[in-house]
Amino acid sequence: MATLADRVLGRTPLRRHLTLALLGLVVVVVVLESTGQFRNAQFAAMAYYGIAAGGLTILIGLNGQISLGHGAFMAIGAYTAALLLRGDEPFALPLVLLAAAGVALAAGALVGVAAARLHGPYLAGATLALAVAVPGIPVYFGEALGGEQGLTVRVPRIPDWFADAVFFVTGQDMSSSRYLAYVGWLCLIVTFVLLANLARSRVGRTWRAVRDHEVAAELAGIDLGRARVLAFVVSATCAGLAGGLLALSARIAAPSGFTLTLSLLLLSAIVLGGLGSLTGALIGAALLTFLPQLVTGWGQDLGLSDVRAAELAPLIYGLVTVLVVLFAPAGIAGGVLAARRRRAAHHGSPSARTDSEARP
Amino acid sequence: MQQLITTVLTGLTLGMVYAAFALALVLIWRATRIVNFAQAPMAMITTYLALVLIDAGLSYWVGFAVALVSGLLLGALVERLVVRHLTGSSEINAVILTLGLFIVIHALAALVFGSRYRSFPAPFGLRGFQVGDTTIALTGFGVFTIVSVMVVMGLLVLLFRGTDLGLKMRAAAFDQEISRLLGVRVGRMLTLGWALAALVGSLSGLLIAGGGLVHPSYMDGVVVYGFVAAVLGGLESPPGAVAGGLILGLALSLVSGYVGSELVPLACLVILMAVLLVRPGGLFSHVRARRV
Amino acid sequence: MLAVEDLTAGYGPVTALDGVSFTAARGQITAVLGANGAGKTTLLRTISGLVRPSRGSVRLGEHDLTTVAAERMARLGLAHVPEGRGVITELTVEENLRLGRLVRLRRVGAGDLDRAYALFPALAQRRRQSAHVLSGGERQMLVIARALMAEPTVLLLDEPSLGLAPRIVVQIFDLLASLVADDGLTVVLVEQNARSALSIADRGVVLNLGRLVVSDTAAALAGDEQLRHAYLGF
Repeated sequence: MATLADRVLGRTPLRRHLTLALLGLVVVVVVLESTGQFRNAQFAAMAYYGIAAGGLTILIGLNGQISLGHGAFMAIGAYTAALLLRGDEPFALPLVLLAAAGVALAAGALVGVAAARLHGPYLAGATLALAVAVPGIPVYFGEALGGEQGLTVRVPRIPDWFADAVFFVTGQDMSSSRYLAYVGWLCLIVTFVLLANLARSRVGRTWRAVRDHEVAAELAGIDLGRARVLAFVVSATCAGLAGGLLALSARIAAPSGFTLTLSLLLLSAIVLGGLGSLTGALIGAALLTFLPQLVTGWGQDLGLSDVRAAELAPLIYGLVTVLVVLFAPAGIAGGVLAARRRRAAHHGSPSARTDSEARP
Repeated sequence: MQQLITTVLTGLTLGMVYAAFALALVLIWRATRIVNFAQAPMAMITTYLALVLIDAGLSYWVGFAVALVSGLLLGALVERLVVRHLTGSSEINAVILTLGLFIVIHALAALVFGSRYRSFPAPFGLRGFQVGDTTIALTGFGVFTIVSVMVVMGLLVLLFRGTDLGLKMRAAAFDQEISRLLGVRVGRMLTLGWALAALVGSLSGLLIAGGGLVHPSYMDGVVVYGFVAAVLGGLESPPGAVAGGLILGLALSLVSGYVGSELVPLACLVILMAVLLVRPGGLFSHVRARRV
Repeated sequence: MLAVEDLTAGYGPVTALDGVSFTAARGQITAVLGANGAGKTTLLRTISGLVRPSRGSVRLGEHDLTTVAAERMARLGLAHVPEGRGVITELTVEENLRLGRLVRLRRVGAGDLDRAYALFPALAQRRRQSAHVLSGGERQMLVIARALMAEPTVLLLDEPSLGLAPRIVVQIFDLLASLVADDGLTVVLVEQNARSALSIADRGVVLNLGRLVVSDTAAALAGDEQLRHAYLGF
């Protein structure tokens, strides 16, 4: 029986995702055209956080691997983009972003091969080390990579055809921050369509199988190592693309932009939205982008200095992360479902003090 | 030659601190199968407490003692209020929980104490001892570092090997159900384990801070080094953690002295990956290689 | 005397034990028999407080044990040796034994250790070694010796014969019989190996799918051919 959603959005997953993407594009155009420069820049940031979070949520939620090192892959993407945009004849923007994703893909493959053999806390520790290690590299190679100061990034000229096209549709001239927001959201839409299809495909089912029943998956002929490496690579590639966009928006690639905190905040963003859900990743990205301003405002009203008030946002992310893990491990949406199921199952069943498996 | 000796002595001193931190991680891992990544900001915030007291004019030793005691309390609180409520056996949830705590404590410290760099005093000299004409790299504070870590380790050995309480704590860590059946109050033992681990973590926080700068992220690198040291030792074994800490301290000091201090975390990553891929059970495991 | 009344317990929605009642008299061995999945292990786990019953009661003398937590049972004189994996292999043999003694308020120094070693000479030779090196039979001896260190009045034993050579099983059962005769210990013995269990038991309780089938003297159970075929497999 076709539901209303089926009828509106199309029945096959691909058509559904494409329809959603088109709808998304319309929303993006409307929102970006009706907001000012400051908001445009925020939306650009939401786009790159969203892409990185989308990749990470696929890795953690679908494949069950954890990475605290996605800030490092973002750094790799950002530096790649910065280097390619440096010369007198900078590369075309699509090429730059592809390269940012590509270099991160290569790095992700390297790390992923090692990571595929690790699990849980070991994987967490290794990727944590990655997050701490990578910002040191540009400092060491200060000549080429700008040291502590980092590399400044020149925003490429807005292509005439793009400015014309947007003018034709909206009747407005294009500012560079609006242009970057467009670029970011186009990338996000393309990435999310690809990720959504991947998740629904055989590859996605393989990942879930590896996450849920390692032994059964292996018996079913799934190459565990390959499935894990692939998930890691896909996720690192997203982070690289996000890093490239970040460098463009921030107009700089510097070590201080890729601290451990960035990786941890990405993680908490996807936990808040619910692991494994792209919508959740987008919600998390929105929180990362818009919550700080809001909360910092409250903090200033309470008499905190700017610098201290800026710490309220991470405090809230952290607290909510802890609460979600403790009380709704499936994310906020999943938690509501589970609570309902628990209530239903509770009627008339004897309770056990331990949660060990049933032993006769 | 002079530089090599300097490097080795610095490495051993740092290695003792990493060893202490690794030991804290191992104590908690053994008992609760959780790698407490929040150990770093926990140690950071207790060090800040000491700094506030010292800046208020109290002696270094008052600050030192308060930091250790508050570490003990913080560890117990974290176990009772947070970790105890973690249900299920999902490894990822345990990791995310400690990282959530990491973010919370980090933000709290920045909120309360500010994020600027503040210098932390050292109770002993930071200049190398004179031997004849040459200055060797061992400082008064370095000696204090080594001695205090050794004293703490000695006390832990006494506790675990020599007392009934230590025996109960070990039993509770290895098999909760059997321990309960033998009358051990497992919950209390786990709280105590977290408290002791946090105390040891606080000690390493104080030792890293001594004579240097303190800011909310100053322990972030140390949690990585401590974790790697613990993994080198197999993550299960306290003596392994100590050996791992010393080896890592030496190795990183060599990298720092001869290549560049910026690459120390990278070297640490390389060492970690090499060990995990070649000897997943740690450098000192004779038993079956555990799946990592 | 251990009295179990209408005991019902389960894991989540699964009921593993359904209204079981029996008594185990002082100075006797009560064998709990039945096929895999009959609820034998759950019965012991519920008695010792590892599983909370949803209905029914457990009494030891005048103490009501029904809601007592597992960690307080040892102090009340109840020792539970769980199936197969009771040894803490990371500790030495002697540390395992010392662990058993910790609940006692009156400390007797090394005397009780000596008694345990006299009872199980094999353990004495390995007192300083990790319990990891012990054989299956030695492990079973160690957990029994450790349980006895607490000087219990009731001993719950879960499948002590599991995976052991027949010669060792005979040794352990002989020892149980003498403990009961000498010290007036109350033993509840869960066994798959019904024939051997009934040979030393005074009474037997047969469970099937969580319910009590019959409770009678060991001799009567061993003599009931129909029952033996249906539930005891010999």
